[in-house]
Amino acid sequence: MTLILENVHKAFGAVKAVNGFNLSVADGEFIALLGPSGCGKTTTLRIIAGLETLDEGRVVIAGKDVTELPPRDRDIAMVFQDYALYPHMSITDNIGYPLKVRGVSKADRDSRVAAVAGNLQIGNLLERRPSQLSGGQQQRVAVARAVVHHAQVFLFDEPLSNLDAKLRLEARAFLKHLQREVGITSIYVTHDQAEAMALADRIVVMQSGEIMQVGSPLEIYRRPANTFVASFIGNPPMNLLQCTVDTGQSIIQFAEELAIIRLPENSHNTIMNVKPHEQVTLGIRPEYISIRAEPSATTIPGKLYVIQNLGGEILVIARFGEQLLSIRMFQEETPELPEQVWLDLDFDHVFFYGANGQLLQ
Amino acid sequence: MKKRKLTLTQILVGIVGVIIAILFTLPMLWFVFAPFNSSVSLSVAIPERFTLENFVVAFSSEVAMRGLLVNSVIIGGGTMVGTAIIAAMAAYGISRGNLPGRQIFTTVLILFSSVVTGTASMIPIFLLIFSLGLIDTHLGVILVMIGGLLPAAIFIVIDFVDGVPRSYEEAAMISGAGPLTLFRDITFPLIRPGLMVVGIWALVNAWGSFLTPFILLRDPLKVPASVAFYVFYDPEGTPNIKLVAAYAVLYTIPVVLLYLLVNWRYGFSFFGGIKR
Repeated sequence: MTLILENVHKAFGAVKAVNGFNLSVADGEFIALLGPSGCGKTTTLRIIAGLETLDEGRVVIAGKDVTELPPRDRDIAMVFQDYALYPHMSITDNIGYPLKVRGVSKADRDSRVAAVAGNLQIGNLLERRPSQLSGGQQQRVAVARAVVHHAQVFLFDEPLSNLDAKLRLEARAFLKHLQREVGITSIYVTHDQAEAMALADRIVVMQSGEIMQVGSPLEIYRRPANTFVASFIGNPPMNLLQCTVDTGQSIIQFAEELAIIRLPENSHNTIMNVKPHEQVTLGIRPEYISIRAEPSATTIPGKLYVIQNLGGEILVIARFGEQLLSIRMFQEETPELPEQVWLDLDFDHVFFYGANGQLLQ
Repeated sequence: MKKRKLTLTQILVGIVGVIIAILFTLPMLWFVFAPFNSSVSLSVAIPERFTLENFVVAFSSEVAMRGLLVNSVIIGGGTMVGTAIIAAMAAYGISRGNLPGRQIFTTVLILFSSVVTGTASMIPIFLLIFSLGLIDTHLGVILVMIGGLLPAAIFIVIDFVDGVPRSYEEAAMISGAGPLTLFRDITFPLIRPGLMVVGIWALVNAWGSFLTPFILLRDPLKVPASVAFYVFYDPEGTPNIKLVAAYAVLYTIPVVLLYLLVNWRYGFSFFGGIKR
């Protein structure tokens, strides 16, 4: 079902946890709320769930304004970070609880629990207690409890953060598959960008209670709307360099070190929106910088800092003035590089951000 | 097995320990044997002639039996249930309500618990119960007992409520549970060990309380067992040891049985925390 958040505000004392949040989610869409700790993503999720009251704004689920409704009347399901499995109930009772509360008969309940549990490969655990299960199994039980009754919206609060790295990858694939299969609108909170990129149809990047950017994973990676998203998404994130642009002569002058770049003829449109001599930030992803032995019109000087072989790709860190720049090379062998290198920027993939941090476009 | 050599100190400590143990066991032994003895003295002796006559006499006293089987049960049960229910509600509110200065509040609670039913406050309590018109009623005694026990009871239960993660309740709320269903299905079963401790402790306190019912009750047929002991004293104040001993056994049994039952069925725990 569709979900609409309209101008949502929530403050805890003087701290604005969510500040003017607007989002419209299509039926069956998988949305990830992504951001650093304290950015308001969990608060937003709890507002959708009705676990947090809002100061201003509206929450609309399937065309119905649920802003004033308690959680139980919103027809939602949620997977908690700590799974919140009831320790005094068996797995069967845990999964069946939403059905029991809704007055589904015991026989009906048991057959639905068995079906869901079989689907999620936890059918052999039904007699146990949560404390007898591993983290991965508990996670599946929590998901089973969420899917057992057909809610209109699924909410996930960092459900994978308590799993170890290998299990997390498995659970990620499993969740994605499940969501495809069930096709229910889902909101997924995470601070792990890889998780958000892998799972979501659209990502909402948040900071200090505000939306920084909304877009598909690829849009957000390819075209960060501001310096925050640029420096948050990507591993390592985008390189950001302070500079001024002489638009008349197509010359870029860097603040960090005495270095000048003359733009190639075919790249003039990248500086179209830059005002003459405005302090701007140049952003470029590590994979669009290449290392040259000789300087050219589009290179800046760098001092080799460290080379990391990540297996399949090489990460070179070079010093430009006081700043460290990452350069990604897709090769297996660790390259032999001189101390002094020249970093060639690919101007087809360069962005300029204004003094307010927003993309100039 | 390795042979252990005992040092002189260890032997001495052992001997002293045994002596102390005997000293403490003697009254218990007396308590076990005296009621069945036809000729009781204050010294411990295995009865030469077993008799149940002391019990027969004790049973035949209406004040004593009413005290034990009716009044003590009403006062003990009322105090137990009342304390557990009110403590659960108060502790839940304090734990979930983010009360400012909560730490100080709970410490003050503990301090108060020793005051309310203490001897010092008996006159104001008497006046209060008198002006409420509850003198010579079980309700009056129960209310005073609950009032005295609540602070410590709340203090204990808070810890149990704190031990229940909020996400359990939130998960139940999202699952569709209203406040009452939520409490019945999730919170109550998880804090039950704490309520057991508090309930049994309240019962034991009410069962053994002498001063409060002694002061607040007038009618001999309303007094609980702890006060009904006086029927086995002659007018000069000398106890009939045989009957006192027999009645004491009867008086102890219910509490011990209840303790064993609860311990066997649920187990006791004095602090919260949930094994996940």
